[in-house]
Amino acid sequence: MNALAALFARDIRLAIRVGGGALIGVLFFLIVVTLVPFALGPDLALLARVGPAILWLGALLASLLTLDRLLAIDHEDGSLDLILTAPVTLELTVAVKALAHWLTTGLPLVLAAPFLGLLLNLDPTATGAVALTLLVGTPALTFLGLVGAAVTVALRRGGLLVAVLVLPLTVPVLIFGVAASNAAIVGPLRFGTPFSILCGIALVCLVVGTLATAAALRHAMD
Amino acid sequence: MRLSGSDLACFRGGRQVLSGVSFVIEAGEALLVLGPNGVGKSTLLRLVAGLAPRSGGTLALDGGDAELSIAEQTHYLGHLDALKPSLTVDENLTFWSRFLGGGEGTQAALAAVGLAGIAQLPAAYLSAGQRRRLSIARLIIIKRPLWLLDEPTTALDAAAQAQLAGLMREHLAGGGLILAAAHGPIGLAAAKELRLGGAQ
Repeated sequence: MNALAALFARDIRLAIRVGGGALIGVLFFLIVVTLVPFALGPDLALLARVGPAILWLGALLASLLTLDRLLAIDHEDGSLDLILTAPVTLELTVAVKALAHWLTTGLPLVLAAPFLGLLLNLDPTATGAVALTLLVGTPALTFLGLVGAAVTVALRRGGLLVAVLVLPLTVPVLIFGVAASNAAIVGPLRFGTPFSILCGIALVCLVVGTLATAAALRHAMD
Repeated sequence: MRLSGSDLACFRGGRQVLSGVSFVIEAGEALLVLGPNGVGKSTLLRLVAGLAPRSGGTLALDGGDAELSIAEQTHYLGHLDALKPSLTVDENLTFWSRFLGGGEGTQAALAAVGLAGIAQLPAAYLSAGQRRRLSIARLIIIKRPLWLLDEPTTALDAAAQAQLAGLMREHLAGGGLILAAAHGPIGLAAAKELRLGGAQ
């Protein structure tokens, strides 16, 4: 436990220090969402209708942006070698790394979403629904991204490849995230139905992502 | 304690990197792996640490902690220093000590490698030799019986090399084992030698 707490504290500290890149994702999110009203024009009804989808797409792309920092840096400087020789279960290690990554890159997206909702003419209910679905959905995106990061860990400059590998896997999260947000705004479905499925997908990603990442890292040694 | 490898082989990237390597290291002994570049010295060390796949042969550490794998009883000091530039010297060492199950008291370990005065300096400002010394401090603060040292004297000045030799002698006197890859003497007079290459 002590070892995992130390790893968690280190990863958080690395992310928030200079060059850690914790703010890169949220700034990118801000820019993407800000650009949308300029591209679509000042049609408030249209903005409100596509708002949840724009916020979700922005968050999805922003969360991909920081994935290459998740494991590749530890591989490049040799930290991963030592992590593999530690008396700690690798599955727990990668889960803690992903959790620290989500807290520093995923949670800021969730917190930024209500403010960005203002730019897209979302009413408070819609904003709340989007923020809630992002709160459940971004951990799923992080753990899916973790698998991509592990598979490409030995490749130099594997960042873009991670995005190509991971994006297709995020489709269910995106569908049910946006569906739940829209259900809260226009219906006819109850918010709970797609939201429960989203929660289920997130839990599956948590478990499968952790196991698959550990397996990929063990294999990467070969 | 006794580390024995027999007929070890490693197949990587479609190429036989190692084959038929055998050695025995008893407690208190050091084994120096010698050979030209690219012959598989580093691969042998990574194989023992469990970081490279073993495609043949057997590897055993007798007399160790039966509940731990060989890797978990091993210090691997490779070419990479595993340091984070934005963390201070002390933070880097403290993290590895906690994560790898070592003790507290980074000051003593830093003093032993001559870095006590710059414990609060970010690791980004360290020279290559200082980075190496910080890696070596890890060997002191975390007690593990088997040291795998890949060209440990790289970038070290004469004084630091002597310091390292002292640490290695102390480790051996305490019943530790050392497997080192090198191109020349690393300051251990009594080390056995394993020569790779030639036949392969």
